Amino acid sequence: MAGALINVPASARRGEIIEIKTLVSHPMETGYRRTQYGTVVPRDIIRQFVCTYNGEQIFRAEFHPAIAANPFIAFTTVATESGTIAFLWTGDNGYAVAESVKISVA
Amino acid sequence: MRVVGTVALLCTLAVPVRAVEIPPAERRSGYEFMSRETRAMQDDDAANPAMLWVLEGEALWARTAGAGERACRDCHGDARSSMKGVAARYPAFDATRGRPVNLEQRVNACRTERQKAPALAYQSRELLALTAYLGRQSRGLPIDIATDARMKPFLDAGRAAFNRRQGQLDLSCAQCHDDHWDKRLAGNAITQAHPNGYPLYRLEWQGLGSLQRRMRNCMAGIRALAPEYGSAEFVDLELFLAWRARGMKMETPAVRP
Ligand code: HEC
Ligand code: HEC
Repeated sequence: MAGALINVPASARRGEIIEIKTLVSHPMETGYRRTQYGTVVPRDIIRQFVCTYNGEQIFRAEFHPAIAANPFIAFTTVATESGTIAFLWTGDNGYAVAESVKISVA
Repeated sequence: MRVVGTVALLCTLAVPVRAVEIPPAERRSGYEFMSRETRAMQDDDAANPAMLWVLEGEALWARTAGAGERACRDCHGDARSSMKGVAARYPAFDATRGRPVNLEQRVNACRTERQKAPALAYQSRELLALTAYLGRQSRGLPIDIATDARMKPFLDAGRAAFNRRQGQLDLSCAQCHDDHWDKRLAGNAITQAHPNGYPLYRLEWQGLGSLQRRMRNCMAGIRALAPEYGSAEFVDLELFLAWRARGMKMETPAVRP
């Protein structure tokens, strides 16, 4: 499956509030379900999401078993300078997806 | 819960069956029955989780596969132009098989005959991704299947299957989707069963599914034995659903509750 879908404006005015939308592909298996034979389906979830803007953390979220599969996260930030907005999702079983986008601020 | 709802509905259905086809002016996509939030999810490509499959389909379109060492793109070029409106014409008549095939079968025909690669399984990630990607190229275009003399027997078979009572609950598709589409069943809108959004992301599935998967859900609901994925009976039903929805706009990849 395609890792992640990210939507950030390619350019913005300095001081403008921009919306960042992310969608990541993950089953988010809760660890509470059982198979028809009664064995527990092991937990497999994303534990953490971090967004950095030119290296500085601007948003972080912790995930728990009740989050839906393929979680969608949207948040806003202030466009301060041109550079890179980076995204990192990490979770159970060594799961890690990293993405980044460029933004130009004038 | 669902079974209780179905039993309650059974009592309503015991009264005479209307089974009249829905007049064109009254046809409504499943989209129109959804909550504001679910519509917003479908309307925004950045929030629609089905777009993850579309992206994957785009990658597969360009990837070489099979002994033929060809990608879909090597023969078909840019899907945005070459595949525009194609999904809206399926199921379409296939001369070699002498019967209509759905989009999944059409893709697999190219896989096995043109790419010399193994067919993709129904509900496999790859087949869902490719059909979602193809369907996306028809979004907003009207469903436009051929209804010539060659198609007629299959269309008639599909109509008969839609109207046939089946399962332990002895209900036909038409009893819910033609006669009671404006009512609710265990909290869910029944809707008119239009195929214009498939493959789609169903919140209940937490994933993408084909039209046949959706139909199997309804068959399980009435405790009927569902035909095999890709069977003639399913393709005929798909054909009839497309005919019933002719002219309606494609929404692929849609979102449904
Ligand atoms: C070696 C060339 C070749 C490759 C590779 C190939 N196709 Fe095709 N495809 C064709 C030809 C030729 C036709 C039309 C002739 C026919 O009906 O068989 C066709 C027809 C189609 C159609 C039906 C178009 C219509 O107007 O009804 C679809 C959909 C399609 N291909 C999808 C795919 C996909 C998806 C792939 C990759 C998995 C693919 N094809 C790979 C040659 C190819
Ligand atoms: C007991 C009533 C009932 C019967 C009988 C029934 N369905 Fe359904 N069907 C539903 C309900 C309710 C939904 C919507 C479910 C939801 O959204 O949770 C639905 C949804 C659908 C959809 C999805 C439409 C969309 O917008 O995505 C299709 C297609 C469909 N049914 C086809 C069929 C077919 C084909 C049959 C016969 C084999 C059938 N149904 C029999 C109740 C029924």
